[in-house]
Amino acid sequence: MLTMNAQKNKIHPHKYSMWIAMASITMMFIGFTSAYVVKRAQANWFSFELPAVFYVSTGVILLSSLTIYLAQRQFKARNMSAYKQLISVTALLGIAFAVCQIIGFADMKDHGLPLNKTVSASFIYVIVGAHVLHVIGGVVVLLVLFARAFRTRVRTYSAVPIEVASTYWHFVDGLWIYLLIFFSLAR
Amino acid sequence: MSNDATLHNQDLAHHGHVEHGHGNGHDGHGHDHHHETFISKYVFSMDHKMIAKQFLITGIIWAIIGAFFSVLFRLQLGYPEATFPWLESILGHWAEGGRITAEAYYALVTMHGTILVFFVLTAGLSGTFSNLLIPLQVGARDMASPFMNMLSYWFFFLASVIMMSSLFVQTGPASGGWTSYPPLSALGDASIGSKIGMDLWLVSMAIFVVSSLLGSLNYISTILNMRTKGMSMTKMPLTIWAFFFTAVLGVLSFPVLLSGFVLLLFDRHGGTSFYLSELFVQGKVLPNEGGSAILYQHLFWFLGHPEVYIIILPAMGMVSEILAVSSRKPIFGYLAMVGSIFAITVLAFLVWAHHMFVTGLNPFLGAFFVLLTLLIAVPSAIKVFNWITTIWRGNIRFTPASLFSIGFVSTFISGGLTGIWLGNSAIDIHLHDTYFVIAHFHIVMGVSAFFGMFAGIYHWFPKMYGRYMNQTLGFIHFWITLVGAYLIFWPMHYEGMAGMPRRYFDYSNWQSFNMFGGLNQFISFVVIIVFATQLLFVFNFFYSIFKGRKLTTPNPWDATTLEWTTPIHPGHGNWPGEIPEVHRWAYDYSKDGKDFIPQTVPVSPDESKH
Ligand code: HEM
Ligand SMILES: [Cu+2]
Repeated sequence: MLTMNAQKNKIHPHKYSMWIAMASITMMFIGFTSAYVVKRAQANWFSFELPAVFYVSTGVILLSSLTIYLAQRQFKARNMSAYKQLISVTALLGIAFAVCQIIGFADMKDHGLPLNKTVSASFIYVIVGAHVLHVIGGVVVLLVLFARAFRTRVRTYSAVPIEVASTYWHFVDGLWIYLLIFFSLAR
Repeated sequence: MSNDATLHNQDLAHHGHVEHGHGNGHDGHGHDHHHETFISKYVFSMDHKMIAKQFLITGIIWAIIGAFFSVLFRLQLGYPEATFPWLESILGHWAEGGRITAEAYYALVTMHGTILVFFVLTAGLSGTFSNLLIPLQVGARDMASPFMNMLSYWFFFLASVIMMSSLFVQTGPASGGWTSYPPLSALGDASIGSKIGMDLWLVSMAIFVVSSLLGSLNYISTILNMRTKGMSMTKMPLTIWAFFFTAVLGVLSFPVLLSGFVLLLFDRHGGTSFYLSELFVQGKVLPNEGGSAILYQHLFWFLGHPEVYIIILPAMGMVSEILAVSSRKPIFGYLAMVGSIFAITVLAFLVWAHHMFVTGLNPFLGAFFVLLTLLIAVPSAIKVFNWITTIWRGNIRFTPASLFSIGFVSTFISGGLTGIWLGNSAIDIHLHDTYFVIAHFHIVMGVSAFFGMFAGIYHWFPKMYGRYMNQTLGFIHFWITLVGAYLIFWPMHYEGMAGMPRRYFDYSNWQSFNMFGGLNQFISFVVIIVFATQLLFVFNFFYSIFKGRKLTTPNPWDATTLEWTTPIHPGHGNWPGEIPEVHRWAYDYSKDGKDFIPQTVPVSPDESKH
């Protein structure tokens, strides 16, 4: 029994795992962006303006970070209906974000920058695309939490899942801000 | 603990509120075996011990295949003029008239490298022993997330199935080397191995990366979070430290490889030109422009170098443990050992360009990489020194495990020294892409890591199956493998110094290397003997699972670590009662007149300090 209590004041293993997973995802994007930097330093680099809609999507994802933060607070206050509303809003904002990015891709294509024409544009497609996939992964997690909130048989009081989800959400948000700044500075 | 208890744990993890209360409840009955089905016990098991066995046996199957491939291509290298009709009957048109075709040769070499590096020495080695030993040695009922752990195996299995299926497609598996450099790997028209085989290779490897990440995540959070009472980090056995840093390396370097693969897939199918520029294939000019093939090398070796340490660190950890146990002495310089694993981990991220000295790398930059590369020799040497000092004047119990551990130290020295040659960029201009490199990495990584793995299997087999492996067969296995490995790889240094390049199918028309004809024959001959000896090991392994001598004591090697405090056949949950508490480090051997003192024994007031 003592052995179990000894673990009480440590961080929950799932939270820990999430931090390590985030480090791992970060490394993947560091891989992408360093490839970008190395490539950019070589000849034939073609630079262009980012699609304007990327700034809209930035606003959307920042807002969603706020809503998930509020969701977490409502959960802890056991305000389950507000909680459910807030996580669905967050999930919708996540989807809106993905739609914005796809509009951005269409915009690039219309301006003569399809996936396969210049390496600089290809990088934007691949890196932004990889990021969108991570956001969609987060949306799926939120949908699971949403469905769980309706279960009546098992009542969940543990804030761990929503905490882990919101940490991840802030992380993909931060990742996008990093990418945006990166693309703006290193064009 | 039975399966429903595992599921329960799952739930607990999700609804952390009841965690501790329930955990206590489980402490009491960690051992009952009610309603466990075949599927939940042997197939979709969430017990880390069963998952370890799954990794091990899958790894053994892969090892046989991968090693058999090397026998096939060594036949070509040793006997380029001869024909072997039986080859045609197993390889079909890949060996028309009993002689392997060039395409088949490259496919075999590529698959040999991929299989051994990733599927055997990464998944088979770290997957097996991290899974088996982490919970047992830190004192945990299972991994932080048994479910993710199970997924890790099944992703590995899926990757295996895809890689295996690539062997049977019409155009054959990937054949551009285990490193899969573009443009060869990016252009389907470049060779038949660059067609569907290459796609399957990439998909399989991407899934492999996911498997490895899931595993590593679990290993790290289990080690950091689930240690039993008293098991402070500095009381952990060196095995655990090694697994820990292996996982850290994996978590931080595999994703970079993944990003490299993603870009490669886009070059193959999306029409992008990340790695491609100004190319002609079969007389046609390709439209791709602006890419750089060197970019892939950076991304690949940023993983590739840490990967070699992902392979060797677990072996180092197990060897440290086994050497202490079998020489009945504390490990020499415990903290220095931990420090050097840490130093190796950090340096591993900073040296990747030593694989790229001849790619037109800026020589000024190269100088830094030379310096950092040579720095790795320092922690490596510390470890070697400590192993030797550990067995020095020890009361060595010679078992197959201890012999393989000593063999490990020997091959690690031999192979590490040639690394120092290669690490000098000026010397590397001559040695790069020759058999010298082949000799270097097979001795230091291939043979050493296998020795570590064999040592681990012989040593922990009793924990896995409650039986011993046959010792005599083990000794035969050891001596033939040790002598054979040196006979195979030592001469390759001379071939490499003479400039004989790697990755050629046939050297017989090459005047300057005709003098090696006899040597190549000799090497190939030894390869066959060594391969046969490995089959002997495989026989011993499977025979002993069913017929081996049974254990009569839970602690057959008189070791101090926690895994030997579990019953001979531990259930899911590992300890039937409470998890034992730890009071001392793992290396109290021959102390105060006692042969060994288990970690669970409290420190008495009149005990001497170590
Ligand atoms: C003293 C430490 C070491 C140094 C200085 C060193 C240095 C090098 C260098 C410079 C190369 C590139 C040679 C070339 O391609 O021209 C190389 C290749 C290689 N090394 Fe090491 N090495 C060391 C230890 C190790 C260890 C411990 C392992 C594995 C456990 C290892 C595995 C490899 C592999 C797999 C390759 C070849 C990869 C390939 O081209 O296919 N090395 N080493
Ligand atoms: Cu290296």
